[in-house]
Amino acid sequence: MSTSPVLAVEMTDITKAFNSVPVLREVNFELMVGEVHALAGENGAGKSTLMKILQGVYQRDSGEVKVLGEVVSLTDTFAARAAGIGMVFQEFSLIPTLTVWQNIFLTAEPLGKFGLINDGLARKKAQEIFDDMGVAVDVTALLEHLPTALWQLTEIAKALAQNARVLIMDEPTASLAKHETNALFELIERLKARGISIIYISHRMDEVYRVADRITVLRDGQNALTAKLADVTPAQIVAAIVGREMSGNLTYEDRSARISKDAVLRVTGLGSGRRLSNISFDLHRGEILGLAGLMGSGRTELVNTLFGIDRAHAGSVEIDGKNVSIRNPGHAISLGLALIPEDRRAQGLVLEHSVQENLTLPLLDGLKGGLLLSTQKIVERAREMIATFSIKVADQRMPVAKLSGGNQQKVVIGKWLGTDPSILMMDEPTAGVDIGTKQEILAMVREIADDGKAVILISSELPELLSVSDRILVLRDGEVVRNFLRADIPSEEFLQLAVQGA
Amino acid sequence: MSTPSTQMMRSLKFVKRFDWRQNIIYVGFVVVFILFAILLGDSGFTSTNNLLNIARQTATISIMAVAMTFVIATAEIDLSIGSVAGLASVVSAMAMSSFGLVAGVVAGLAVGLVVGAINGGLVAWLKVPSFLVTLGMLGLVVGVARWITASAPVPIADATFIQIFGGGDFGPLPSLLVWAVVFVAVGAVVMNKTKFGRQVRATGGNTQAAMFTGVNTARIKFYVLLLSGVVAAIAGMLYAGRLQSGRFQWGTGDELSVIAAVILGGTSLFGGRGAVIGSLFGALFIGLVNNGLILAGLDVSQQQVVRGAIIIVAVALSSKKKTS
Repeated sequence: MSTSPVLAVEMTDITKAFNSVPVLREVNFELMVGEVHALAGENGAGKSTLMKILQGVYQRDSGEVKVLGEVVSLTDTFAARAAGIGMVFQEFSLIPTLTVWQNIFLTAEPLGKFGLINDGLARKKAQEIFDDMGVAVDVTALLEHLPTALWQLTEIAKALAQNARVLIMDEPTASLAKHETNALFELIERLKARGISIIYISHRMDEVYRVADRITVLRDGQNALTAKLADVTPAQIVAAIVGREMSGNLTYEDRSARISKDAVLRVTGLGSGRRLSNISFDLHRGEILGLAGLMGSGRTELVNTLFGIDRAHAGSVEIDGKNVSIRNPGHAISLGLALIPEDRRAQGLVLEHSVQENLTLPLLDGLKGGLLLSTQKIVERAREMIATFSIKVADQRMPVAKLSGGNQQKVVIGKWLGTDPSILMMDEPTAGVDIGTKQEILAMVREIADDGKAVILISSELPELLSVSDRILVLRDGEVVRNFLRADIPSEEFLQLAVQGA
Repeated sequence: MSTPSTQMMRSLKFVKRFDWRQNIIYVGFVVVFILFAILLGDSGFTSTNNLLNIARQTATISIMAVAMTFVIATAEIDLSIGSVAGLASVVSAMAMSSFGLVAGVVAGLAVGLVVGAINGGLVAWLKVPSFLVTLGMLGLVVGVARWITASAPVPIADATFIQIFGGGDFGPLPSLLVWAVVFVAVGAVVMNKTKFGRQVRATGGNTQAAMFTGVNTARIKFYVLLLSGVVAAIAGMLYAGRLQSGRFQWGTGDELSVIAAVILGGTSLFGGRGAVIGSLFGALFIGLVNNGLILAGLDVSQQQVVRGAIIIVAVALSSKKKTS
């Protein structure tokens, strides 16, 4: 009786259906005390449903959940929290206008005399939690004044303050720079040593190998693989995720024959605010230009400036040999530019509007019958686009919010390709999408370039960048520090070093 | 082409998919109408005269609600419309007495253009919240109207003006009714069938995404507030024509009825949706309730209490999240 349980979480034969469509079919998942267990699978494979059952957001139809050896009912999120389940949200559940300690103790403030909040004690406790985590943070700082990396750590501290024994981390490195990611991994090691168990959801294979002990893969709502990472190869994991062996889409093919000699875009000495200075490069028809760099190196700022969202203060931009001064996105579109923005939910889509409305928003001029918009033309155009980009949607009048992340991204890409741009800029187009969709998107990028369009691609995943780019610019502190032809990059490590500035 | 069974499937599906937030106003309208028809049939509720009266009394609210639907669909608000109506009525009356009919109409419209342009400019380009801009404008405009008239009414004698702006009939129909029908019809078409309408809803649904898509969101906000000002000025002239005078009090408090009508009609205060026909029924619903309570013999204070309660319940129902 006195021996402590070995299993932090044991989920057995979990079944769940929505509107009689099965989402989880007899799924098993176990997490040992002090273990980091990766959970992988395509979007829609059932990962988030399984985790929401563990957090008490959804109720399972059948099956059993044990936390630390005891059967728990998990009727709501409070029950899950009381059982020791903590969630580190991908979209942060923090209030920017409160301080770090106020966020950590929100709804669980330690009270002092007369039922008033004991600020001193709360601050001290918050500081202790961060000290235990080995992280230096001013707990009295307002959250909005801190970098995003510290938001993530505050989320973790918040979960620990509620005595979480199990932490669920959903794509925790998505918004982190390399050194911040390293700090997070070191923290995960320390948490493990203290007996905290972690479920680590990620699409990034290198991270999974670095941080996790075991991996469970779900496919179509069923267990596809559970293994020690020491015992499986990345190829086996990918095969389990997609259910088939991947073709060699991640290897670069020489496309130099397809790239035209004349520049479609020529940027000279471009500067914008304090974040971009003296940027110069050419982009040719049929070329895929990769932008590499850390978070904040100026990649997003560069494409935003070219698209007229940020103002250029210095330098010149030529399109097809003509000097242009881009005033706003509408002007950029008329010049043949398109930008697939970094944050598809905030910048790419009107979530509550239908798939059809989102797809046709930039195309309305071509969808008129006389003075008014033609519903028939809109419906047909959207139907064609859904077919072309193989967007999985039951009804094109459905709000785009109900689509999976990968399909939402396809809507954003489809919307932009519909404008038939001559220069397509894509900012992290594969972030947070599953590996199958990722392959589809990369194949699409190649096709677009083969079609004679020029592409600028931003990606933080170097293997992806290396697999499609014909040329790679490395940015650091708002400047272009290197300009490589793909053929001159011998390995991922070489590029990684250039990005890190070593 | 479809067989009866698929048609039934479709109607079943329709019942399941029925969006309460969007459509509660029609249900509410019918229920309240039937209720009043039964309870107040003896007091003449269902007489043609009374029904036309309701339509006439709610016409100005309906017209302003059409413009407000666009404003709210972009997630902005315009609190200045009632006072703009008042100022337009007095400016129009004053200009008419000195320079004639055309000058009067032009002057009235100019009030809406100027106030709407100031509201729109401050919101669109200086990024001042529309709530604050138009709240300030409300007081300012009333002040100007009282100042230039010394708070006195300005009589209107021009028969043509009265005939066109709400006092007379167009053929068999009261002109106010015709104005309202035209505004609602044009508004509904613009919202649903034009690029402008789509861009208005995209701007309200997600300003950032709309901007990234090449929608000039600042210009959309400017136009919507400009439109709201101009339409409020027209409503003011309709008051002036119907009541044969310009007075700063015309339209006082209308902004609240108009906003209530728009929300009742299924437009989201958070932007992204705009139901013009719904706004019309929202306005008619409010008119129906006002009329019924008067016929029921309630005194003014009781009317206020009951009307407030009915609007709270109806707005609560119409802003309830759709349960899928």
